[in-house]
Amino acid sequence: MKHTIAVIVENKSGVLTRIAGLFSRRSFNIDSLSVGATDNPDYSRMTITVQGDKDVLEQVIKQLSKLINVIRVSELAPAESVERELAVIKVSADRESRSEIMQIVNIFRAKIIDVSAKSMIIEATGDEEKIDAIIQLLRQFGIKELARTGKVAMVRGPRVVKA
Amino acid sequence: MSKTKMTGAQAVLESLKREGVDVVFGLPGGVLLPLYDAIYQSDLRHILVRHEQGAAHMADGYARATGKVGVCLATSGPGATNLVTGIANAYMDSVPMVAITGQVNTWLIGKDAFQEADITGITLPITKHNYLLRSAREISRVFREAFYIAHSGRPGPVLIDLPRDVTVEEVEFTWPEVNLPGYHPSFKVHEMQIKKAAKLLMDAERPVIYVGGGVKYADAHRELFDLATKINAPVTTTLMGVGCFPEDHPLSLGMLGMHGTKYANYSIQESDLILAVGARFDDRVTGKIASFAPRAKIVHIDVDPAEIGKNVRVDIPVVGDARNALAALAKEVVPKPRSAWNEKIEAWKKDHPLRYIPDINIIKPQFVIEKLCELAPDAIITTEVGQNQMWAAQFFVHKDPRKFISSGGLGTMGYGFPAAIGAKMGCPECEVIDIAGDGSFLMNSQELATAVVNDIPVKVAILNNGCLGMVRQWQELFFEKRYSATILGRTSPDFVKLAEAYGAVGLRATRPSEVEPVIRAALAADRPTIMDFIINPAEKVSPMVPAGATLSEILDLEWCDEANTSHLEKIYSDARKEILGSEGYI
Ligand SMILES: Cc1ncc(C[n+]2csc(CCOP(=O)(O)OP(=O)(O)O)c2C)c(N)n1
Repeated sequence: MKHTIAVIVENKSGVLTRIAGLFSRRSFNIDSLSVGATDNPDYSRMTITVQGDKDVLEQVIKQLSKLINVIRVSELAPAESVERELAVIKVSADRESRSEIMQIVNIFRAKIIDVSAKSMIIEATGDEEKIDAIIQLLRQFGIKELARTGKVAMVRGPRVVKA
Repeated sequence: MSKTKMTGAQAVLESLKREGVDVVFGLPGGVLLPLYDAIYQSDLRHILVRHEQGAAHMADGYARATGKVGVCLATSGPGATNLVTGIANAYMDSVPMVAITGQVNTWLIGKDAFQEADITGITLPITKHNYLLRSAREISRVFREAFYIAHSGRPGPVLIDLPRDVTVEEVEFTWPEVNLPGYHPSFKVHEMQIKKAAKLLMDAERPVIYVGGGVKYADAHRELFDLATKINAPVTTTLMGVGCFPEDHPLSLGMLGMHGTKYANYSIQESDLILAVGARFDDRVTGKIASFAPRAKIVHIDVDPAEIGKNVRVDIPVVGDARNALAALAKEVVPKPRSAWNEKIEAWKKDHPLRYIPDINIIKPQFVIEKLCELAPDAIITTEVGQNQMWAAQFFVHKDPRKFISSGGLGTMGYGFPAAIGAKMGCPECEVIDIAGDGSFLMNSQELATAVVNDIPVKVAILNNGCLGMVRQWQELFFEKRYSATILGRTSPDFVKLAEAYGAVGLRATRPSEVEPVIRAALAADRPTIMDFIINPAEKVSPMVPAGATLSEILDLEWCDEANTSHLEKIYSDARKEILGSEGYI
């Protein structure tokens, strides 16, 4: 099973290494990890997706909480949170395929951010399934390059995960 | 407070002073020259070791004996990496320690400079936390945090990497309060959980209290005693918990697990309630985990929430300080009389005591331990690793939580001797005895120089069986006596001469009648002393739960036949002849 957790960490050098090291040492499986600034320059926020049953999730949360630089760890239950991921996809595109690709882009409310004679770059945001789906559909044209951010997520409603 | 200007090195010493550090164990090197120069001009006691691993184990032994944070110091590169085993050892056994390492100048970091090692990277998984300093302004804050982290909550080692230029930089000394937004060790216990735990204890018919090192670190042995005696609950300890409950008390079950007592293991397997305190259900303790205590509910008290539910399912988790929790529990329960359960355990104790077969011709290691216990009952005992360690745990009657010091989690050969030196530094009025194997002792025997030069009169009792005994025991039992790389023969150095070469006292006993006089002479000596006991090589640690078996499948191994003894002696003398071309001294 997949679980998404939000981790607020001190914005200090080496913190990412500590977290990555913890996952490898304890044999936890990371599916995706994204890091970025928060509203407070002292803290960063990580969104981590891990594989495992309930016991593994509990250990992941407890072990992360033990790190001195980790301020807060919170599970984001899928039913109660919104999740987004961004992908940029470079596909082969010539005069013939271009309009068909644009149709797909429209259906997914994605964007074209670069065009050349032989290729296009598409920017798509959405949850993991949506990104998987658009990639699947674009595959027929030839995906030349793909970059995904990994997931970011937030609890719906007034509850907040903050330092 | 008026601010004073000083160098980074002086700020380090000022910080150590404010943390109440009275001794550090270390060895200098290029990048530490400014710090050692400041030490030279200060009144800090510095013990010069002969190998940095020794420094780490000394700091560890000092910490375990005193409860204070132990401090070790090593130069960059090889000095720092030599500390690694000692840091890992302290981490596995939750020992409060601050390790200070020198580092190359900040502008050289990452350039593969001479004697550069990424010691914060290397020690990431074996420290509670670590720091690489970038400026002298960070020194006082980081040292204060490091000591706080090392001794609070679940204790552990913290490493501070100190680049050379940081130690010469000028700085105004301040002493800021600790402010760690991500670190909140649990101390208080949840009242509701205590109530629930107390109810289970009252309802249980066959309770067992299972105690680990956490009780020692929380200084909770008195509270443990009050609780156990109030409800007549038997108490078993892990290797780390040895001494937390007096072993001469009728409720004591001694140690449990692989080489625990039969009655402790039977009690656990038959219990209907286990109260685990500051213990972590290690595989050496639980045996086959799926069949561990099949009928028992489990209450688990631990200061580290991550330990609860890690290895076994727990019915009532209690997060917090063991002392608070046990005191609260002792208050909550009402006295319980002795029960059929106590009688049953009494019968097991009678039927299956720890035992060995005495011999009048050849020294039995268990006999040596019994004699040590008889002649130095209040000594601090440290151990090496292997059979010596298990015999020391089994046959010495331990009564004080801080007087049994042994490498549990990592099982580090070479730990006991430097740990003894550290313990003696912390408790100079105590007799300190390292119970050793001939294999382990050689792993840090160079510290004899440290003990002699600094006049630290520790005693070492080598149970000399001419082999890497514990491994040999497994080969005898599970590898059809193919003694691959475990026979040292009687070819180790002559330990008496070795002691004398260092200026220590060397004594030897080759027959049982010599054991007591040798121990008496060692205890009377006011210098570091080695006792070399030539013991039966075929002796095995008994009883034993084979790896992967259930605790109740515990075997008696104490019977070792004469043929086996002489067979081993023959192998030894052959090995000795091959190496030395002569007869051994036995
Ligand atoms: C540093 C280290 N290396 C290897 C081992 C594996 N090991 C465990 S017990 C043991 C034998 C120890 O021999 P000795 O010190 O003579 O003690 P004995 O078992 O004979 O009492 C060995 C090699 C270890 N625990 N530590």
